[in-house]
Amino acid sequence: MSDEIFDEVTRQRTKEIISRYPQSRSALLPLLHLVQSVEGHVSQDGIRYCAEALELSTAEVSAVATFYTMYKRRPCGEHLVSVCTNTLCAVLGGDDIYARLKEKLGVGHEETAGEPGSPGSITLEHAECLAACDLGPVLQVNYEYYDNQTVESAEQLVEALQRGEKPAPTRGAPLTDFKTVELELSGIFPDLERSVEGPSTAVETMRGAQLASERGWLAPAMPDSPPAFPDLPEKS
Amino acid sequence: MTIAPEEKKALVPDGYVRLTIDGREVDAPKGELLIRTCERLGIIVPRFCDHPLLDPAGACRQCLVEVEMGGRPMPKPQASCTMTVADGMVVKTQHTSPVADKAQQGVMELLLINHPLDCPICDKGGECPLQNQAMAHGRTDSRFVDVKRTFPKPLPISTQVLLDRERCVLCQRCTRFSEQIAGDPFIDLLERGAHQQIGVAQDKPFQSYFSGNTIQICPVGALTSAQYRFRSRPFDLVSTMGVDEHTASGAALRIDTRRGVVLRRLSGNDPEVNEEWIDDKSRFAFRYLTSKGRITRPMVRGADGQLAETSWTEALRVAAEGLLAARAGGIGVLTGGRLTVEDAYAYAKFARVAAGTNDVDFRARPHSDEELDFLASHVVGTGPEHLSYSRLEAAPAVLCVALEPEEEAPVVFLRLRKAALKTAQKVFHLGQWSTPAVLRTAVELGSAEPAARDNLIPAVPGAEAAVLADLPAHVVEALTGGGVILVGERAAEVPGLYSAVAALGARTGAAVGWVPRRAGDRGALDAGAVPNLLPGGRLVTDAAARAEVESAWGLAEGTLPTARGRDTDEILAAAAMGDIAALVVGGLDPNDLADPAAALAGLREIGFLVSLELHTSAVTELADVVLPVAPDAHRSGSYLNWEGRRREFGAALEAGGVLPDCRVLDTLAVEMDVDLFTQTPAAAAGELARLGSGNAAAPAAPALAPSEPLRPGFGQAVLASWRQLIDDASLAIDEPALAGTARPAVVRINAATAERLGLAEGADATVRTERGSITLPVALADLPDGVVWLPGKSGESQVRTVLGAGHGDLVGVTA
Amino acid sequence: MTAPVTPDPLTPVLTRRWQSPRSWAIETYEQLEGYQALRHALTTHPDRIIQLVKDSGLRGRGGAGFPTGMKWGFIPQGATGPGAKPKYLVINADEGEPGTCKDIPTMMADPHSLVEGCIITSFAIRANFCAIYVRGEALHCIRRMRKAVEEAYAKGYLGKDILGSGFDLDIVVHAGAGAYICGEETALLDSLEGRRGQPRLKPPFPATSGLYASPTVVNNVETIASVPAIVMGGSAWFRAMGSEKSPGPKIYSISGHVEKPGQYEAPLGITLRQLLELAGGMKDGVPLKFWTPGGSSTPLFTAEHLDVPLDFEGAAAAGSMLGTTAVQIFNETVSVPWAVMKWTEFYKHESCGKCTPCREGTYWLVQILERMVAGEGTEADVETMLDICDNILGRSFCALGDGATSPITSAIKYFRQEFLDLIAAQPAVQRPEQLAELTGATA
Ligand SMILES: Cc1cc2nc3c(=O)[nH]c(=O)nc-3n(C[C@H](O)[C@H](O)[C@H](O)COP(=O)(O)O)c2cc1C
Ligand code: SF4
Ligand code: FES
Repeated sequence: MSDEIFDEVTRQRTKEIISRYPQSRSALLPLLHLVQSVEGHVSQDGIRYCAEALELSTAEVSAVATFYTMYKRRPCGEHLVSVCTNTLCAVLGGDDIYARLKEKLGVGHEETAGEPGSPGSITLEHAECLAACDLGPVLQVNYEYYDNQTVESAEQLVEALQRGEKPAPTRGAPLTDFKTVELELSGIFPDLERSVEGPSTAVETMRGAQLASERGWLAPAMPDSPPAFPDLPEKS
Repeated sequence: MTIAPEEKKALVPDGYVRLTIDGREVDAPKGELLIRTCERLGIIVPRFCDHPLLDPAGACRQCLVEVEMGGRPMPKPQASCTMTVADGMVVKTQHTSPVADKAQQGVMELLLINHPLDCPICDKGGECPLQNQAMAHGRTDSRFVDVKRTFPKPLPISTQVLLDRERCVLCQRCTRFSEQIAGDPFIDLLERGAHQQIGVAQDKPFQSYFSGNTIQICPVGALTSAQYRFRSRPFDLVSTMGVDEHTASGAALRIDTRRGVVLRRLSGNDPEVNEEWIDDKSRFAFRYLTSKGRITRPMVRGADGQLAETSWTEALRVAAEGLLAARAGGIGVLTGGRLTVEDAYAYAKFARVAAGTNDVDFRARPHSDEELDFLASHVVGTGPEHLSYSRLEAAPAVLCVALEPEEEAPVVFLRLRKAALKTAQKVFHLGQWSTPAVLRTAVELGSAEPAARDNLIPAVPGAEAAVLADLPAHVVEALTGGGVILVGERAAEVPGLYSAVAALGARTGAAVGWVPRRAGDRGALDAGAVPNLLPGGRLVTDAAARAEVESAWGLAEGTLPTARGRDTDEILAAAAMGDIAALVVGGLDPNDLADPAAALAGLREIGFLVSLELHTSAVTELADVVLPVAPDAHRSGSYLNWEGRRREFGAALEAGGVLPDCRVLDTLAVEMDVDLFTQTPAAAAGELARLGSGNAAAPAAPALAPSEPLRPGFGQAVLASWRQLIDDASLAIDEPALAGTARPAVVRINAATAERLGLAEGADATVRTERGSITLPVALADLPDGVVWLPGKSGESQVRTVLGAGHGDLVGVTA
Repeated sequence: MTAPVTPDPLTPVLTRRWQSPRSWAIETYEQLEGYQALRHALTTHPDRIIQLVKDSGLRGRGGAGFPTGMKWGFIPQGATGPGAKPKYLVINADEGEPGTCKDIPTMMADPHSLVEGCIITSFAIRANFCAIYVRGEALHCIRRMRKAVEEAYAKGYLGKDILGSGFDLDIVVHAGAGAYICGEETALLDSLEGRRGQPRLKPPFPATSGLYASPTVVNNVETIASVPAIVMGGSAWFRAMGSEKSPGPKIYSISGHVEKPGQYEAPLGITLRQLLELAGGMKDGVPLKFWTPGGSSTPLFTAEHLDVPLDFEGAAAAGSMLGTTAVQIFNETVSVPWAVMKWTEFYKHESCGKCTPCREGTYWLVQILERMVAGEGTEADVETMLDICDNILGRSFCALGDGATSPITSAIKYFRQEFLDLIAAQPAVQRPEQLAELTGATA
C-alpha cells in the first residue's frame, strides 16, 4: 500500500534524512514533513511509512503526529493560508482578516475551500503568534510571510491564489505550494539557490539599524585585533 | 526544674541522609524519593502519576509538598514523587503546611473539572484513588460552572481493554508501563493540551501480552476490563491470594470472588517474584473454572461403552478393581504439567506404592532421556539461593536457550527486559529469529535506539547444541563471571542440547536455570513424578536413597522398584503394544506430545484407563473411569516455580464437591489396600518436607554429542516451532477477549528462502508432511536460510497433531 | 584608567550587517570580519573561550537570562565518566513567545553570525554535532540557515578538521512542526529526538543528560550569535554596554501601537520611554495603556513603568521579567479582558498537556474569560481566576503554566476595575452557543 504512495525518490530522501542524525528517531519530525510533501497531509499510510522507516510503533508515530499543529489530518489545499490571530496581530486587524477570509472562503479553521490539492484550493487556519509582530497583522501562505496586511489586501491575495496566481510574499521565496514547502521543511531543498534569494528584510526589520546609521550611533569600538583570551583561574 | 538529659543523636548510617518530615526526624537512604520516605513514616501524600515501579514523571502535580533546604524554603512547592531526600531537608506535607495543602486541593479541583460524576456506574468506584483522594482532600463543592470535556464512550483499545477517555487523569501510568516495562508502545498520548488523550494507532489495537496491568494501575476507571466491566462492585468481592497456574513464574495473584464465582484476577505484589506484574493469560484465563466441559461427577464406562455418572464409591471401586487386576501386567502413571507439588507427590507415591512401578512421568510434551539426566544433575533440589529473579536481574549477561521468554515465561521476560533497560544487561537468545522478545531485551542504557542487533544467536533447528559448543567469544566472555543460562523444556527436542548447556555452564561458571513452560513441571520433578527420581531428587537406582524413602513410607526394605522407569512416550508405546496393562492419567493432553497419533494409539489400546481430569478431553473420551479433580480455585496447595521457590496458595472458593488429585489418589489407593497419607494437600506437603532431599551427590551431567541438523532438500525446509502464550491452551478456553489479543498464526521464513520456494509476504504458504498440511500467510523474518517457523498450537497451526512433526524436522513448503 | 563612556542609545552589534546587500551570503559576512572570531578561537584552549564568555557576563537571550559561560562550564569534560560521552550543542530557534520576533530576522539577515557562534561554542564545549532547531513556520529562515551551513561546509568552516585545527563539527538545520512548548529547552530536546515535545524532568539537567542522554548545551539564537562579537571585542568591550549584571546589547522588538515598530538594538537597561522616542512615539498619539516587556509570559506593565530599566534586574524589580524583550504596545482602545482572553486562548492551545495545572487550568481560564468577554462574567469569576492562577503558578511542570498566569494576574492587578465594569455592563448574551461568534477565533 505505502509502496505505491511513497515512491523510490521518497525512499531515497528518507534515507538521506535519517543519515543526518546521530540517532534515527530524530528524523521523525522531518519525515512527517516529507509525508506531507507527498500526501498533502499525514494519513494512516504516512504514519505507517514513518513507523516502518524508523522501527517505531504506529501508536508512537501517531502520538507525535497529533501533537504538532503543522501536521494536518485532512488533505490540504494547494495553499495553506495562516492568519495570525494572537493578541497583537488581532488588535491590529488580524481577527478581522481571519473573519473576512472565513466568510469569503466559506470555511472554518483547517478547512479547505475547493477540492484539496486542486489548483487554487485553499486551506485556511488561524495561527498563533508568527513571530513577525513588528509587521503585524501578518499572514502566511505556505509559510511565506505577507506582512502588514489589511482586510482588503488579504482578500485580494486570496482571490489571486484562487485564480492560480502566485503573488510574491513580502518576505520569503517565490510562492510555490503547500507540498513543495513541506519538502523543504523535511530538509530537502530542490532549488535552494533560487529560493534562498527571496527577500527577508522589511523596513521594520532594519529600523533600529537604519536609525543608528542616520544618527551616527555605533556600538563601542572594538579593539583593533581580538584581545587575548583570559587565563583560566587557578584551580583551588 | 529538671533538665532533660541531652539526647544523644545517633549517627546517620552510611549511605543515608537525615531529614525532617512534618516535624519528625527520619533517616532515609540516599536517592530515595520523598514520597517513599513519607510513606515509610505513615504519611500518605496523595498522588496519581507516581508508581514505585515506573520512572518518576512528576506529571499530575498532586503530590506537592513544601521543602526547605539548608534553612531556605524553596520558592515553589515540590513534587514529592520526583524529589530525592537530602541531608538537613525539612519537608512539610499537607498535614503541616497550608501551602502544600492548598496546592494539593488546587490540583484536585483541576483534575475534577473534567472528570465525569459517574462513580456509581464506574468499575473503579469504591477502589478508586481519585475518588478516595477527592473524599479525603478535595473541596466539597466545585467552582467549575463551564463546559466539561466529553468523548464518545467507551473506546475498545483491544478486545480486552476499554478506555473511557473522560475519566482519564492523564497520569500516563498506562503508557509508561507499556513503554518502560512491557516494551509494547501500542498505547500512547495523542493530541495536545486540553485535548490530550490516551489512544492507540488507528491500525493497531493495544496488542500486548501485558495489557491487563494497565487496567490494574490506572488510578481511575479510565481503563477497564472487557471481562470484568460492570460485573461487580469492589465491596462485594472477597479477595484471596493465589499463584499463577498457567506459567512457571510463580506469580502472586489476587483472586476476587463473589458468591462462589471468580470474577477477576489481579496481580499480587511480590517484589521477589513478579513485582506487581502478570501476563494477560494469568490474569484473564480463568473461565475454565466454569466452562461447559467441566467434570464434577465421577463417571464409569458401562457395558454400553458409554460413560455414565456414578457415585464416588462406585467409581473408586471400579477403578481400584481394574488397577488391581492390571497390576501384574504393569500400570503406568502419566500426569500433565499443571499439578501442584502435593498432587505430583501423590502421583509419584501412588506409582511406587500402589502400582509398584517407576513408570511415572510428568512430561506431557516432547521429552528425552538426556533431559532426565540433566534435570537430575542440574535442576532437582535447587532453589532461589542457586538462581532467582533477583540474581537473574543482577546478572551482567543472560543466554536463553530453547526458551522464547515472552511466549513461554512472560514474567521472566519482564525481568530480562528490566535488566536490559536499567542495567544494560546483555540478553542473548539462541533461537531462530528476532522475535519481539529478542528485540525488546536489546535495549541499550539510556539510548533511544534499539541496540545493535547482536543479541540473537541464530541456529538452524537441530544445530543449537553445535552452535552452543562454538559460541562467539564475546558471548562466552559475557557469560563468564556472573552470567546466567536459562534453558527451556524445548531443549529436549534437540539431542545434545541439554549436554551442551551443562558443558557451557561448566565452562563459563554461569548459573544454569531451567524454565519449563508450565506451572507444575518443576514441582513434579522435585516430588519424584519421573522415571529416574524418587521424591527429593533421589535416584531410583541408588539403593541407599531407596532405603531412605522405604523407611519414610513405612515400606518393607526392597519394595521399591530398582530400575529406571519408562518415560511418557515409552509408556504409551508399551500401551499400544500391549506391554502394559493399565494407565492412570492425570491432566495430560496427548496432542501436546511429540507424536499425538502414537499417544492416542496407546490410550486406545490400553487395557484399563483411569483419568483424573477437570474437563472432558481426549483422555476422558477413552477412559474406563473418570474421576473429577479440583481446580486451584477450589483447593489449596503449592507450586514450585522455575526458581524452585515454593509458592503456596489457599482456596479462593469452597471445595464445591470436588477434591484435589492427592485426595482422590489417596482414596483410590485405600481401595487398593494401600495408604498414601496424601488425604489433604497439607498432609502431602508435610510428608514431602519430612522426606527432604537426601544427601547423595548430584549425578553426572549428560554428555551427548551435538546432533547435526537435517538438510532440507528441494522444496523443503527445517521446521522451527514453539507455542505462543495465548493459543489453544486448554485452560485458556471460554475467554474470547483474551483470545482476541493472541498473535496471529503465520508462517515465518526469510526473504531469500521465500523467494526460492516461490512464496510472497502476506500470501499463503502451505507447510506439509506425510501426515497433513498447514496453510497460513507468510511473514518474512530473519530466520536462517532453509528454515520455516510455525506457532505450535495456534488456530490453523496445530503443528504436532496436523503435521506429526516438530522442531528440527523436515517439512515441505509450497506456495 | 579611562572613565566609562556612555554608549550611544542604539548599539548595532548583531544588527550591524543587516543593511548590507545580500547580508546573508558568506561573501558579505566574510567581508565584514566574518569568521575572524572563529580563526582566533581555534588558536586557544576551549576552556579559555568558556572563561571569556563567563567574563563577558553574557546572559541567555531566550528569556530566562541564565549566565551563558556558566552553562557551558557545566558540561562535564574528561576522558572517563559522563565527560567521555559525546557532547551536543542545540540552538533554540523556536521563537514562539507572543511578541517575540528577533531571532527570525537575525537568522534571515545574518545567518552566518549564528553559524560562526555555533562553531566557536561547539569547539568550546567539545561538541561535534550541533542542531539548530528552527520553528517550522519560519521557513525562509530555515532556507537561509541551511544555505549558510552549506556555504560554511564549502569553505571548510564545518566538517572535518575545521581550518586545520583538528576539530570536527556537523550542523543540522532542523525544522519544528508547530508547538510553542518546544521552545522550552527540554521539550525541544524531546522533540529533536522525534518525540512529543513535552518537557522533561529536571534533574538530570541537559548539561549532563540532554540530547540522547548526553551532555548538551541549549542556547538561544541571539545568545550564540553574540559569541563571535565577544571573541572579537573581548569581555571589557561587551561590558561597555548594559549594566554590571546585565551586560551587552540586546535586540528590542517593538510592536503594536507605535509609529515605527521594528527591531532596535540597544544596550540592556534602556527604558520604554527611550524606546518609544526611537520608535516615533505612540501611533497617532493615542495614549499607552499597557505593554509587555518581554512577551506575553511576562507580566504586563502600564504607563507607570515607562522608566523601568529594561534589563533582567530592572524588569524583575518592577514586578515583571525581561523575557525576550518583546515589547508589545497597546493603546487605550484595547480592552484588557479581551487581550487577556486572547493570550489565554494561546496558552490553552499550546499547553502540552503533560501536567494537570497547566492543562486543566488554561482550559478553565479560557472558558471564564470567554464568558466574561461575552458579558456573562460574575464578580466571583475574578477571584476564581486569581485563585486558579495561584494554583497554576509554581505548581505546573514547566514555566509555560507560570507564563499563562502572567497576563491574567497582572491585568487584574492593574485593571481590576475594567473587569468589574465589564461584568457590570452585562450585555444580553446567552451562552455558550454565541460565544464562538462573539470571540472570533477560538481554538
Ligand atoms: C514555554 C517556554 C517557551 C520558550 N520558548 C523559547 C524560545 O522560543 N526560544 C528560546 O530561545 N527560548 C525559549 N524558552 C527558554 C528556554 O527554555 C531556554 O531557557 C533557552 O533556550 C536557553 O537559552 P539561553 O540561555 O541562550 O537563553 C522557552 C521557555 C519556556 C518555558
Ligand atoms: S488511562 Fe488511566 S493509567 Fe492511563 S493515563 Fe489515563 S488515568 Fe492514567
Ligand atoms: S504523583 Fe507526584 S506529580 Fe504525580
